[in-house]
Amino acid sequence: MRPEVALPILIPLMAGATSLLFWRLRLAQRLLAVGGTGALLLTSLWLLHSVSRDGILVMQMGDWPAPFGISLVADLFGAIMVVLTGIIGFAVALYSLATIGRGHEAFGYFPLMHLLLAGVAGAFLTGDIFNLYVWFEVMLVASFALLILGSEKAQMEGAIKYVTLNLLSSVIFLSAVGLLYGMVGTLNMADIAQRLSQVEESGMIDVLAVMFMVAFGIKAAAFPLFFWLPASYHTPPVAVSALFAGLLTKVGVYALFRVFTLIFHQNPGYTHEILVWGAGLTMLSGVLGAAAQYEFRRILSFHIVSQIGYMILGLALFTPLALIGGVFYIMHHIIVKTNLFLVSGFVNRLRGSYDLKKLGGLYRTHPWLAILFLIPALSLAGMPPLSGFFAKFIVIRAGIEAEAYGVTFIALLVGLLTLYSMIKIWAEVFWKSPPEPGENEPELAPVSQREMWQLYAPIVGLALCTVFIGLNGQPIYELASASADQLLDPTRYIDAVMSDSGEVAP
Amino acid sequence: MEPLMAVVIGILYATAIYMMLRRSIVKLVIGLMLLSNAANLLIFTSAGMTRGAPPLIPEGASEPLRQVADPLPQALVLTAIVIAFGVLSFAVVLIRRAYEIVKADDLDKMKDTDT
Repeated sequence: MRPEVALPILIPLMAGATSLLFWRLRLAQRLLAVGGTGALLLTSLWLLHSVSRDGILVMQMGDWPAPFGISLVADLFGAIMVVLTGIIGFAVALYSLATIGRGHEAFGYFPLMHLLLAGVAGAFLTGDIFNLYVWFEVMLVASFALLILGSEKAQMEGAIKYVTLNLLSSVIFLSAVGLLYGMVGTLNMADIAQRLSQVEESGMIDVLAVMFMVAFGIKAAAFPLFFWLPASYHTPPVAVSALFAGLLTKVGVYALFRVFTLIFHQNPGYTHEILVWGAGLTMLSGVLGAAAQYEFRRILSFHIVSQIGYMILGLALFTPLALIGGVFYIMHHIIVKTNLFLVSGFVNRLRGSYDLKKLGGLYRTHPWLAILFLIPALSLAGMPPLSGFFAKFIVIRAGIEAEAYGVTFIALLVGLLTLYSMIKIWAEVFWKSPPEPGENEPELAPVSQREMWQLYAPIVGLALCTVFIGLNGQPIYELASASADQLLDPTRYIDAVMSDSGEVAP
Repeated sequence: MEPLMAVVIGILYATAIYMMLRRSIVKLVIGLMLLSNAANLLIFTSAGMTRGAPPLIPEGASEPLRQVADPLPQALVLTAIVIAFGVLSFAVVLIRRAYEIVKADDLDKMKDTDT
């Protein structure tokens, strides 16, 4: 019995259910938010430790042996993603204490946050493709409700686009699962991989592969299906934006990695070629979209899109080094992107605006915040010695080795344009002198000492993670390398799932 | 039976996509409903249809004696129906609130977030 495989799903579910019981007790919900996500972080570290020591861990639900029951599988890649979920969950829970107003808390912000985390962790750990669909829906329903908390006009308009596109992708995913089941008669991903290699009609497999690619491509906000993301991510309270920015699209990327390394790797000349061009266009369209924006969170949202391109490029090149780069990039990106959103929320708390033109002069009043912005911003653009440098370096080197010069050139160009966007934010928000105050500017309450701590702590913590990954590249690289090895050799995953027939009850 | 089902599913998908391409948000939700039903029927059909053979195991035996229907697709469809029901009720409430706030049923009027 390995409880650590199921605990990252159970803890947020239990914490969410308990928070619902304390519907009117604000203090209890806040304590549970920090306690629950803290426990999630600890168990996820425990999981990563056991997986790196003992190899792929499998847990059969209800002791039904492998192809019949639902298996929970934790390989290194999944475990890394769960650790990142824990880190982001904990940071955002701390940050929410200061930024989520009483009104939002009264309508169940914290239970929804736990539910979202449970859905994300479930998607990372499940080994059953229909179960993956269910966890996607758990995550989506929670994110729908979080997105419209407060029901402002912009939120409603953004939510309609977000809900429609995500439901469309879910239906495509579900249809693909149905067709896949019709072909191979099983839902266990390891079993599917085994049986699909014996199927003769490769044309049908390609059709299914493209259906999965479209479904997960919408969730990951890849070109040309990304437009729901910049339309909605800047509308909810900033803690929600940060949580979405860090985790939701990356679940789509994770699913792409899982499906295209484990199940659909028979005809990489066709599917992975589409992915290469999709990745290149995703990078380019995201970064060009950002260049035209003057709203803090919208710039960051467009950059999520462009960064997704790098991760998909890592998968699409499909060499060992490229996969290492993809995994490394995901680790770097989740932490950095969440941190940038947290900084934008801090700026909004101080000056009451996200509009770059109305901001300015923050370097003079808050030099530390300016430094804390620069760390993730330069990391995002790929400056050494921060985490983004190594992530970009590995992906680009893999591109050159695979002789994909066109897309490698795009990757380098996009790095430069990212730097331009980050410098634009730096110059407008922190460096230029503040604009003349307008006529009826609302007075902002001064930030109390306690709020200051709750705002600074997660930002500093995530910035330290970025610096740590940057200065400690080697061990992180080895971790990514080990997980890429597991991804490239699906027989290890299949053997682990199929040989573990569940423990027989005494 | 299968060809008929295939035609029905095709019509459902086509109608759903057509409804989703209209500008009215009410028609958008109707499109989503049809789409989820089409997916459910697709699962049901593609997994193979067997007539009049319930998957029951007689007393004393450890496996069914003859070819029986596969019970799993029905469980999948049931789960998918429940999920779609929850999500669609959310969508209905969402378009109602959106209509109250934006005061328009037209997607072309919802451009505030697209600047």
